[in-house]
Amino acid sequence: MGIDRRGFLKLMLGAGAAGALGVAREAKANNEDFEGYPDSNGVLVDTSVCIGCRSCEEACDRANNLGKPAKYFADNSVFEKPRRTQNNEFTVVNRFQSEATGNKPVFVKKQCMHCNEPACFAACLAKAFSKSPTGAVVYNQDVCIGCRYCMQACPFYAPTYEYDRAFTPRVRKCTFCLNRISQPGGVPACVEACPTDAILFGKRKDLLKIAQKKLANDSSYVDHIYGQNEVGGTSWMYISKVPFEQLGFKMDLGTTALPKKTYGFLATIPVLHIGLPILLAGFYTIAKAREKSAKEHPEEGRK
Amino acid sequence: MSERTMPTTPKEWIRENIFLGKTIGEYIKSLITPWNIVAAAILAVGIPVIIYRLIYGLGAATHLSNINPWGLWLGFDMFFGVAVATGGFVMAVGVYIFGLKDYQPMVRPAILTGFLGYFFAIVGLAMDLGRYYRLPYPLTFSMGTASVLFLVAEHLALYLTIQFIEFLPAVVEWLHLTKIREWLYKIHIGAVILGSVLVLGHQSALGAVFLIMPSRLHPLWYSPYLPYLFFVSCLAGGIAMLVVESLLSHKVFGWQVKESDHEKIDRLTLGLGKAAGFVLFAYFALKMLALLHGGNWVYLKGFYGVVYLIEVIGFVLLPLYLYTMAVRRQSATLVRVASVLTVLGIMVNRFNVCMTALNWDAPERYFPSWMEIVLSLTLATFGVIVFKWVVNRMPVLYRLPDFPDEH
Repeated sequence: MGIDRRGFLKLMLGAGAAGALGVAREAKANNEDFEGYPDSNGVLVDTSVCIGCRSCEEACDRANNLGKPAKYFADNSVFEKPRRTQNNEFTVVNRFQSEATGNKPVFVKKQCMHCNEPACFAACLAKAFSKSPTGAVVYNQDVCIGCRYCMQACPFYAPTYEYDRAFTPRVRKCTFCLNRISQPGGVPACVEACPTDAILFGKRKDLLKIAQKKLANDSSYVDHIYGQNEVGGTSWMYISKVPFEQLGFKMDLGTTALPKKTYGFLATIPVLHIGLPILLAGFYTIAKAREKSAKEHPEEGRK
Repeated sequence: MSERTMPTTPKEWIRENIFLGKTIGEYIKSLITPWNIVAAAILAVGIPVIIYRLIYGLGAATHLSNINPWGLWLGFDMFFGVAVATGGFVMAVGVYIFGLKDYQPMVRPAILTGFLGYFFAIVGLAMDLGRYYRLPYPLTFSMGTASVLFLVAEHLALYLTIQFIEFLPAVVEWLHLTKIREWLYKIHIGAVILGSVLVLGHQSALGAVFLIMPSRLHPLWYSPYLPYLFFVSCLAGGIAMLVVESLLSHKVFGWQVKESDHEKIDRLTLGLGKAAGFVLFAYFALKMLALLHGGNWVYLKGFYGVVYLIEVIGFVLLPLYLYTMAVRRQSATLVRVASVLTVLGIMVNRFNVCMTALNWDAPERYFPSWMEIVLSLTLATFGVIVFKWVVNRMPVLYRLPDFPDEH
């Protein structure tokens, strides 16, 4: 045993270099940019137009066979507390009313944001998630093992889990009505049901232009399109006349797609697989040689 | 123990090897000890809990929710259990690769602890999976290769196999299978090296699991250094666990080792304490680097700041100080105290990352249900029972005279 000062310094230098290598790799990972499928669809939500009628919730419920709601869709008492998506509610509308909103109610629809580069996709070890060229983030229940890493990775807390099903629990979330939007001219059920055009369906790039125009023509809008750049961009985007942080939006998500946070680490693994055996085989050889020489020249002894 | 003769008939063999040379009645009577009664009590509650979870599902047994999908079974069994099961890796590399022959007596108990730690971590994981019966899916026909968790799963499965191979010599010596033992020794170094690659891979990957959730893990714990923090701390935890484990097993199985070995164990404990001190220092430095690099000291005030400071001062700096004092005063006892504290410290850290500081800004916090706690405790108890069963029968703490170590 025994490690001298030089040995210790060498060790630390080695460890430091290895650490720096890994971190630097992450910064360089930007050349793996994916800007999203060029013709993918999106939805633009204008929170200043939404009247909180919850027709979208009802249509979603029907389109996905989610069953009878706990409270009927016309019952406005659900607005008393902010809600989140549930196994039988892929979308919910929340009401925000405070001094910040000018004491007027502002309604915000919530659902899966259908990220361009979804964290759930990168998280899933069973490849149960995929990003469809239509824009939908699709979940495949047939391969899901139920580790719930997708839920833990989602920056929007969107997916839910059927904890009450003992043998066949599934992750549940908005499907973007994939079967409908795959048809020519098809739109998601919630968009079809909206009476005020608060939610617009179209090509994501066209929706961005519409949003920019709205922001340019009406200065009462907050100068931000939520979802344009958040976590690398999402298919669902929001514009608002009230600061987003007042409406329950997370503003600390950054603009890097979350899967990129792990690519740097994953890239160091092959290096480890190749490099470490060589290193250890080297140490083994040295130890063996020392042992041999100690046997042959016992008078020199071992330190 | 070691002067046991080769039994001839199968019946004799079973009596000799399974019932420790006793009749069944004598054997059952010998099982009634205070520890066994406690263990039986835990299992009496725990086994029904396991069955309840399997029949009624996660919703009935746990406090997991849509906001907090991860809980104690991952935090304790997977993130903590696997982190302190690295002793087997540390010892195998130290003794067989670096040639630190002095530590030879600690290799087998360390590998056994490691194997059982990993095995029950995977059992705990299976309990946590919504569809546990699909456990092999990611490793077979639906591989999510972009996932850090895929890396963890792949490496865990392989490493469990490697640890089994590393421990197999003790099993074949027990069964006197000389031919297989020779063959095993041929592949042994290869297994140790492959095992090291896997340990480095999955231990750091367990930290990298959290890289994808920068907004959901509190900034005091979130860092691009997470993989390195997890790896360095698991080394400290593994070494500390070796000290704790050898302390306990020499209390319990002291009759299996010679008197002179007790002094030797003290000496080895001091050596391990020195190593743990070095690693813990590196860990502390890395943790400070993560804090300063991220500019996160502004978060030190408030609840999470206190939790963070308790973790760093109480469970990193304090054991580090104790290790230093122990080496200076040549006190094996102090090393043991520091090691208990270090193992607890790894638990505190993994619990913080996996539960306390996770989803910290969400409206709803998680606290495990009693069934979650009991189930985790039950799996740990199973681990100890299997450990005792094996050590009572196989050459783990001692070597059979027919089979001296060839390395």
